[in-house]
Amino acid sequence: MQVVSSVREPLITGGKSVADVTQDICKQVEGKPTKSWFAALTVSLMVLAFGTFCLLTTWWEGIGVWGLNKTVGWAWDITNFVWWVGIGHAGTLISAILLLFRQRWRMSINRAAEAMTIFAVLCAATFILAHMGRPWLFHWALPLPNTFGSLWVNFNSPLVWDVFAISTYLTVSLVFWYIGLIPDFATIRDRAKGKIAKIAYGALSMGWTGGAKTWSRYEAVALILAGLSTPLVLSVHTIVSMDFATSVIPGWHTTIFPPYFVAGAIFSGFAMVQTLLLITRKVFKLENYITIFHIELMNIVIIITGSIVGIAYITEFFIAWYSGVPAEQYAFLNRMFGPYWWAYWSMMTCNVISPQLFWSKKIRTSIAASFILSIIVNIGMWFERFVIIVTSLHRDFVPSSWAMFSPTLYDIGDYMFSFGLFFTLFLLFAKFFPVINMAEVKSIVKSTSTKD
Amino acid sequence: MIEERFEFTSAAKKRILTFLVAGIIALVLGIVLASTGGHHAEAGAHEGGHGAFHWSTRILANLWINNVYFTGIAIIGLFFVTIQYAAQAGWSAPIIRIPLAFSNWLPYAGVLMLGVFLLSGHKLFHWADHSVYEVGGAHYDAILDGKKAFFFWPLTDHPNIPVFFLARMVAYFVIWIVFFQLIKKYSQQEDINGGDSYWYIIRKYSAMFLVLFAITSSTSAWDWVMSADPHWFSTMFGWYVFASWWVTGLALIALIVVNLKDAGYLKMVNSNHLHDLGKFVFAFSIFWTYIWFSQFLLIYYANIPEETIYFVERLKSDKYAPVFFMNLFLNFVLPFLILMTRDAKRHAMFLKIVCTLVIVGHWFDFYLMFTPGMLKENGGFGFMEVGLFLIYGSAFMYVMLNGLSKMGLVAKNHPMLEESLHHHI
Repeated sequence: MQVVSSVREPLITGGKSVADVTQDICKQVEGKPTKSWFAALTVSLMVLAFGTFCLLTTWWEGIGVWGLNKTVGWAWDITNFVWWVGIGHAGTLISAILLLFRQRWRMSINRAAEAMTIFAVLCAATFILAHMGRPWLFHWALPLPNTFGSLWVNFNSPLVWDVFAISTYLTVSLVFWYIGLIPDFATIRDRAKGKIAKIAYGALSMGWTGGAKTWSRYEAVALILAGLSTPLVLSVHTIVSMDFATSVIPGWHTTIFPPYFVAGAIFSGFAMVQTLLLITRKVFKLENYITIFHIELMNIVIIITGSIVGIAYITEFFIAWYSGVPAEQYAFLNRMFGPYWWAYWSMMTCNVISPQLFWSKKIRTSIAASFILSIIVNIGMWFERFVIIVTSLHRDFVPSSWAMFSPTLYDIGDYMFSFGLFFTLFLLFAKFFPVINMAEVKSIVKSTSTKD
Repeated sequence: MIEERFEFTSAAKKRILTFLVAGIIALVLGIVLASTGGHHAEAGAHEGGHGAFHWSTRILANLWINNVYFTGIAIIGLFFVTIQYAAQAGWSAPIIRIPLAFSNWLPYAGVLMLGVFLLSGHKLFHWADHSVYEVGGAHYDAILDGKKAFFFWPLTDHPNIPVFFLARMVAYFVIWIVFFQLIKKYSQQEDINGGDSYWYIIRKYSAMFLVLFAITSSTSAWDWVMSADPHWFSTMFGWYVFASWWVTGLALIALIVVNLKDAGYLKMVNSNHLHDLGKFVFAFSIFWTYIWFSQFLLIYYANIPEETIYFVERLKSDKYAPVFFMNLFLNFVLPFLILMTRDAKRHAMFLKIVCTLVIVGHWFDFYLMFTPGMLKENGGFGFMEVGLFLIYGSAFMYVMLNGLSKMGLVAKNHPMLEESLHHHI
């Protein structure tokens, strides 16, 4: 028996019935693509094409086409990589951790968030391949015997841990996402009219019958995958943070990095989910499923994680002073007042100060404000990685090698490639896959919807 | 079923008194043993200018360990309650009075903390020894001189009284106690008047408290714990102390719920609620380990002497190395393995075993945070430690249960109670 307290707000509005859920979600998959969808896809494909040109040039010419120099050996490549991996945290957080915490509001947003996660991790992987210079030798990153032409990997290196963490994370997220899709694919299959649609969705739904036993197994698998994903989602950004923190570079080596990176990842991931869902709910008319209450809760997650990140910034800064280590103290003063001051203060403004606006109920329930702030957060999180990476590197231990970094066309173009890829994949997903988990939402229609 | 009141019987009081007496006997025994032999032989070896080691310092260090440890449990009680409101949790509605009662200890904790520091802070905290700031003096310490403002401001130039440090200590307790009183007040008014409005009021104060606690939990950890090794620093440390406090508090909540249930109270609580409490202890034991490991690995890997000294003192010492490994065993290996299955989390017996292990284990965690820094190689574990832990523990239990008996055991008008009654996982 489901009892819902009087203080809980409805999760589904508009007096929807179970049949309405099927109809509202399936009609987007079954209908003809709209003009605006084609327009968006065209733009994405154009960006992707230009990005592909830049990426291929990078591989053809070598990574010398980037703006890296003797001191700044990592810049936009790793910044973009960490940024995308961070964004790729929200989906699994929503579907795994919020599942374990029995947060039912996740049901309307988990599908799109998981899709976003997978695409974001693919974008992140692009930069790993890009910065290898010779991507056809990517298998050298795996522990393969030397007869493959590779050298045995160095297990002491956090970069190798990254290879394992991210590939495992991608695999499990993909399986989790796909398993969740199966019952919904079956629903679409059963309604399909066209021959191709019948065959395609029939194959995708893998013979799902909807029997009681099937459902019971499905739920058991979902719980096991949630249990597996939870440590995974924490491990990924933990290990990404260790790429920096295991070093002895001032500004990189600090023990708070693992949980602080995880908090930052959730922060940026939720911001990206917010951006995408605000558009999706409008275009697909899903306002009754992704309600203002959902938006408000996501904004609350953003303010909590943003504040955790803010505390971590201040902790780092305080401990740099408290430690009495001159190099540490200089690294942080250089961030604030050195030549990259604008990057530092962009980061501070976008990540710590502006999300505090969400304390106002009026702002966090405003669609326009949520949309703008969600984009600002992602700009801020990009700057955070840029600040950590470039400002810590550009002034080396030897002042004669101090340098500045400026991006070339290929730094920018390779970043654009990831945007093109991301939006192309997301648009295809939004058109051909059910963007809301129908099966799960149906389970709460009766208990949590308004009856107007 | 929801009209429950905890009765603090004389039998229960007698049991607590027994523990208190046992603790006093152990402490006296420890003092007698320490003052009649043993440590004097070693004392001569430590002529660092601060005089020979006296066993009374060991008692002071123990007072401090227990101050911090039990203050943590007390404030975690309020933290748990506020998290439940902020997260709109339903399952925990029948048990929230128990963590709320933990915070009754806060005023006593504040007095003890302030008292012990004022009486003997300079014996425990190297930074509180004025001679280290005398430029040109035999004990001058440039590193501590660089950070003295953190403790002595606005008397930075004449570091006599750590004004800033003491002001912060007072501020933490005042903030925590004010929010505890507010939330307790509204929770009790809800019992009388009913209605949903109190839930919203408490949620508002919970959000405010959580913001303040997010800051004060870290800063108090720097003040009270990290500064015991005043040269050493780690950005993770605030969250490390929090993780340790949090899992200890969760284990004590679960242990008390299980015991109250055994005594016939909390009729609404069934194995589903125990399951959730078990999950919390399980999950946050892993979380503590995650924080522990991240901090250890990064320091070990970078191998910077200023940072590794902390672990060198603990690992390369015959006194502390066994505790170091025991810490991981009690606080990670055992809870992880024992609570892994669903059934274990739903049975009172397993919870009793694991929660006791975790509560004792995290006392050792705090022991390990303080003793090497405060006592160097003069620390030990014996009757003194057991005795003071029992004394503090029984005092805490008395204050907590006494507070619990003064309000309804179940928040009978809590709007989530109905949900919790039908809680099934």
